[in-house]
Amino acid sequence: MIDPALVQAVAELPGLVRAHVLLSGCAVAVGVAIGVPLALWAAGRPAVRAPALLFVGTIQTVPALALLALFYPLLLALDRLAGLGLPALGFLPAVIALSLYALLPIVRNGIAARQGIDPAVIEAADSVGMSRRQRLLLVELPLGAPVLLAGIRTATVWTIGAATLATTVGQPSLGNLIFSGLQTEDWLRVLTGCVAAAILALLADALLALIEAGVTRRSRWRLWTGLALLCIGIAAALIPTAGAAADRALVVIGAKNFSEQYILASAIEERLDKAGFRTLRRDDLGSAVAYRALAAGDVDVYVDYTGTLWTNVLGRSDTPPAGIMRETLAAALAKRDGVRLLGALGFENAYALAMRRNRAAALHVRTLDDLARVAPSLRLGSDIEFLNRPEWRSVAGAYRLRFAEMRSYNPTFMYRAIGDGSADVISAFSSDGRIAALDLVTLADPRHALPSYDAVVLVSPHYAKDARFTAALRPLIGAIPIERMRQANLMVDRDEDKRTPRGAADWLQR
Amino acid sequence: MASHPLLSLDRVGKRYGETVVLADVSLAIARGSFVALVGASGSGKTTLLKTINRLRPADSGAILLDGRDVAAIPSPELRRSIGYVFQGIGLFPHMTVAENIAIVPRLTGVDAAGREARVGELLALVALPAELARRFPGALSGGQAQRVGMARALAAAPSLMLMDEPFGALDPVTRDEIARAYRALHDKLGLTTVMVTHDMTEALLIADRILVLDGGRIVADATPAELIAGHPDPAVAKLIAVPRRQAARLAELAAR
Repeated sequence: MIDPALVQAVAELPGLVRAHVLLSGCAVAVGVAIGVPLALWAAGRPAVRAPALLFVGTIQTVPALALLALFYPLLLALDRLAGLGLPALGFLPAVIALSLYALLPIVRNGIAARQGIDPAVIEAADSVGMSRRQRLLLVELPLGAPVLLAGIRTATVWTIGAATLATTVGQPSLGNLIFSGLQTEDWLRVLTGCVAAAILALLADALLALIEAGVTRRSRWRLWTGLALLCIGIAAALIPTAGAAADRALVVIGAKNFSEQYILASAIEERLDKAGFRTLRRDDLGSAVAYRALAAGDVDVYVDYTGTLWTNVLGRSDTPPAGIMRETLAAALAKRDGVRLLGALGFENAYALAMRRNRAAALHVRTLDDLARVAPSLRLGSDIEFLNRPEWRSVAGAYRLRFAEMRSYNPTFMYRAIGDGSADVISAFSSDGRIAALDLVTLADPRHALPSYDAVVLVSPHYAKDARFTAALRPLIGAIPIERMRQANLMVDRDEDKRTPRGAADWLQR
Repeated sequence: MASHPLLSLDRVGKRYGETVVLADVSLAIARGSFVALVGASGSGKTTLLKTINRLRPADSGAILLDGRDVAAIPSPELRRSIGYVFQGIGLFPHMTVAENIAIVPRLTGVDAAGREARVGELLALVALPAELARRFPGALSGGQAQRVGMARALAAAPSLMLMDEPFGALDPVTRDEIARAYRALHDKLGLTTVMVTHDMTEALLIADRILVLDGGRIVADATPAELIAGHPDPAVAKLIAVPRRQAARLAELAAR
């Protein structure tokens, strides 16, 4: 019997492959359009060559993930300045970042290609009276083509690999399978994404190798076959999306990068679909990116948490009671961004420090005050953002927490770490199913250093006053108690009898 | 009507930074003459040659080709009207022999049939078999490659040929053979040739007129016969001493 998770992953493949091909193709095309002229211009000018190589080399040292993330605030700022209506999320930032990334091999090989040409040949080209343009087209490009094409091949393979990271800025790619699979520990899904990306890279490389051989060996059939297949591939990726892109009545449902978010986004998706809206998912958004994307209208609805919004969006560091916090937020977000806080779902996903039950009992730790006493001999495992968040500063300050060691993990591996004893304390989420599954206890917060984190549905300015839209989501408000959310999360996160987020969403709404 | 010289240089100067490479060189070259520019390395002979087709434009002075200032002619147009052959040859490795030879006609818009006919004529002219036309430069011997280089330079029927150490890289037998073949072509086609060489023997044997350069100046301007008879300038005398001594030794050997 075939695993249902695999069936689902494979069913998502065509759309994701198409998006992946388009994204990579555009990025390489832009990289070539900028990189080749830059290389040809710089090759003959030592004064330009060194800075050009330094520039493209420096871009390469920025991790691809960071480069992608950087373009979101950059485009937002640019849009605010120029008012061009640029989309700051999705295709545009992904293409810009990947094109920059593709520049290094193209520029470096372009310069090497030009410098590798025998100076006598260049002298001959000048002496027979070629104009600069003729020299370029008749001599420099044909002779430099093999080295230049090798650079483009490298750039293409890199780009197809790096394009999986575009998922994090809301651009669908094969990375969707990898990132969501990693979150839900659905390794078949991760593998499907990886294998598909690898096959795509190998195919593109083989086609470019054919074109390269065609140029090097002056074999016309190789050149034309390679070019024709490449064009067919890109055209196949283009045709069906052209229709979909024209349809602007799509509701974009956002989700951050963990299981609960996928489940809730699926629940929202089902409700909106039933109400007759055409929907599109944007998964794996960074926590800071998600709200700004909603305010900017790139995302229309998603679930966030009051404590997160309180500190990240309003920049507040006090911790008022939950009700006041929610009301203040609703008023402030509506006034400032036109965003509507539709209501709380009924559970809290708060940051809580958690320990294994037997370990906590042995050390006599029940509250954070108790923890502070023994913390200097303990190791803290946290998720990737926790240590940089105001909540951590607040709790660490209030209880004077100092650990022997602090490490950041992807949430899945953070729970693994406390499970196998590589961490003594973790920054858990109160709604996480794994708290019960791993027999963890959450430590009490008598000084109220951690704000409350009610899960709330946020609606973009565009749909804020749409009665049909809000009515479709209304049944979710106040309908999800913490025990049910934990149970749903566990269904997705556990190793055996796993459910897909969609399956868990169905169970949640039964 | 007194025919004006094909090429005339009037106080042509060139410097690289502080170094003066050409110091106000003036000279006139008559139509049909074969002029050799001789001098040691760094004497400025190659630079002088390249100021004519502006591969290295002069800093000062004027160069008139057939009465027109070369600085006023767009360089592609100027260079297409002048044949240029150099030691590196510089055949385009990705083009066949035929495509190499036909490059200037192609640039000037001659149609394919016209180019093919011209390639046939030129191969015959430089005494290469017609079947070489389809080969690539990588498959040619050094002598064949330089003959193709000459054919390429002759393709647009230029009146002036500039040659920079054209036979320098060839073995002595091939070198002598090609040099004599070229001289015959020069006479047959009524060309005007300026050839740079550091080899005084070669210059004496091929040219009608020899210019000796030293430190960017012309220190001797004479026919081969006049030069071999002796020259007061010490740099020139040193250059002539070599072939004279060699000739004497060879004569001695032959007389034994």
